[in-house]
Amino acid sequence: MSTETAAPTDAAKPSSPPYRRRIADRDGALAWIFLLPSVVYIVALVAVPFVLAIAFAASDVTAGDPSFDFVGLTNFARVLDDPVFWRSLGNTFVFTGISMVLIVVFGKVLANILVADFRGKWIVRFCVLLPWTTPVALSSISWLWLLDSIYSPIDWLLRAVGLLGPGENMYWLGEPGLAMTSVITVHVWRLTPLAAVIMMAGLVAIPRDIEEAARVDGAGYWRRMFEVTVPMVMPVIAVAALFGAIFTFTDMAVVRVLTRGGPNDATQVLSSWAFYRGIEGGDVAQGAAVALFLFPLLLAAAVAILRAVRRIEVR
Amino acid sequence: MAVVEVRDLVKEFDGGKVDRVRAIDGVSLAAEDGEYLVLLGPSGCGKTTLLRTVAGLEQPSSGEVLIDGHDVTGLPPRARKIAMVFQSYALYPHKTVLANIVFPLRAAGMAPAERERKAGWAAGLLGIEHLLGRKPRQLSGGERQRVALARALVRDPHVFLLDEPLSNLDAKLRASARDELKKFQDEIGTTTIYVTHDQVEAMGLGDRIVVLADGRVRQVATPAEIYDHPADTFVATFIGSPPMNLVPRGDTLVGFRPEHLLPAAVLPADAVALSLAVERIEYLSGDRHLYGTVTGVGEPTKVIARLPATVEEPIEAGQTHEFAVHTSKLRFFDEDSGVKCDPVRLGG
Repeated sequence: MSTETAAPTDAAKPSSPPYRRRIADRDGALAWIFLLPSVVYIVALVAVPFVLAIAFAASDVTAGDPSFDFVGLTNFARVLDDPVFWRSLGNTFVFTGISMVLIVVFGKVLANILVADFRGKWIVRFCVLLPWTTPVALSSISWLWLLDSIYSPIDWLLRAVGLLGPGENMYWLGEPGLAMTSVITVHVWRLTPLAAVIMMAGLVAIPRDIEEAARVDGAGYWRRMFEVTVPMVMPVIAVAALFGAIFTFTDMAVVRVLTRGGPNDATQVLSSWAFYRGIEGGDVAQGAAVALFLFPLLLAAAVAILRAVRRIEVR
Repeated sequence: MAVVEVRDLVKEFDGGKVDRVRAIDGVSLAAEDGEYLVLLGPSGCGKTTLLRTVAGLEQPSSGEVLIDGHDVTGLPPRARKIAMVFQSYALYPHKTVLANIVFPLRAAGMAPAERERKAGWAAGLLGIEHLLGRKPRQLSGGERQRVALARALVRDPHVFLLDEPLSNLDAKLRASARDELKKFQDEIGTTTIYVTHDQVEAMGLGDRIVVLADGRVRQVATPAEIYDHPADTFVATFIGSPPMNLVPRGDTLVGFRPEHLLPAAVLPADAVALSLAVERIEYLSGDRHLYGTVTGVGEPTKVIARLPATVEEPIEAGQTHEFAVHTSKLRFFDEDSGVKCDPVRLGG
């Protein structure tokens, strides 16, 4: 009806065709426009620093003498001879391994709480997500106060219930074993919400029928959990675990704020050691060499994540 | 003895900001031993909620559920001796077919040798022995249905609960799967409650059909009874395709099935004569569907007549023809309540 009246007016103005190819119709150009910001971002903030790190690691650049001289693998040899490096490497694995397991276990429990339907769930969800939304540096400082050698509220609580004598203190960050426990605790505390949210997405994706079929089939809570729910969200759990691992593996903020790697390098990790060596110590070349040891492990983790994601897609 | 019985069942759902929604509004029913009871109704009539309440997946707001004469109202599904086949089949996607079938047996703590024997028996009965090693995603829709049935079967349930098990199959497969379901039930003879919105399934499978609407039972009867003697106008128009014609006459509605409205020439005596102004004719697999306005029984009303292929009277669209309905085929309903009422004398 309306087209019949509109058609003659269009025909009367041949200079402006009714349809023109706009920029939004050109897929090829659009692809480049949309990709460009991320390409620039990745080149500027990932590729360039990475190449720089490799270059520095093969040089004798220091904060005092920034002139570039190629020295080959000397820096790596020096790193491998350094007992602190081996200690940091071991600590990194211990921190990452223990944190990853705890993050997955607590994350699964929290995810179950997040998907549950009950009165006042919004406040619980808010509280669960709070650690993840707080900047690491800020929350680490709060933990620093909680774990203070003299005024620790945790010690105060322990004294109140009689586990600690009057005037006694735990020195959370002073004893090597306790310092490691403290660092792991903070990592788990701040990364569990992320894992919980990832796993919640996995739990929500399980069809309700399957859970109900298991109930009708006579399976109790634990059997449903370990034979139905967990295997079905396994790829998602893998993603959560690997994210937790990567964030723990590369993080130096917690160590830096809480212990500065101490006592006596007991909590030193690769990233903090690279920072102390390269930035604070001024030996840029060696700092870069230490940091490069993170690369193969992160590469392996990234490949593992991509594989887990593909398994989710296949199902 | 009644294997499954529900008494005065009410299930309300929280409707959010609106009032509470009554999904089941005072239903009392009983399924006899070995019976195939079909719950039939349009979507939203409460049939699935009723089935889930029997299964124990929903708790009723009030009323009782009895299985084998025991009150199971508060009991969880696993304590009810039931097995359920879900609309989606709900197979465990990460488990093989065999692991799916033995899952209920492992949950019941059965010994491994006994489990194998039982699973083999169920797989044999359903003809899926060759699929035991596969994962559900490698199966066709029909195969999945059989695995779901096998998983339900191994539990030796006292009642089978089937929730629209055919609705995920394409039309061709549905007919053969319906056949198999019927054979399967004949073989094992277990009481079955079957939910569907498809009247063809209900008519073909059910020993008795429960017609539900708005959470209430409209009629419980055999398929033939439901079709020939509908309890009210809802059942009369819900069952049958095309539905029963209803012609207002005073304060009653006169009902007759489309296939009973025939040319006067082919009907013997004892028929009520009426005339049909034919507007449109459709040919459907040999039958002729006539759409037109009928006069002579009550107010002029749009109706449908279905002439079987055996009736070869020439009928033209745009003409008025003499039609008739046999008096024994007339049904009468109260105009206000829609409920079946006493026959009214028609014509002279």
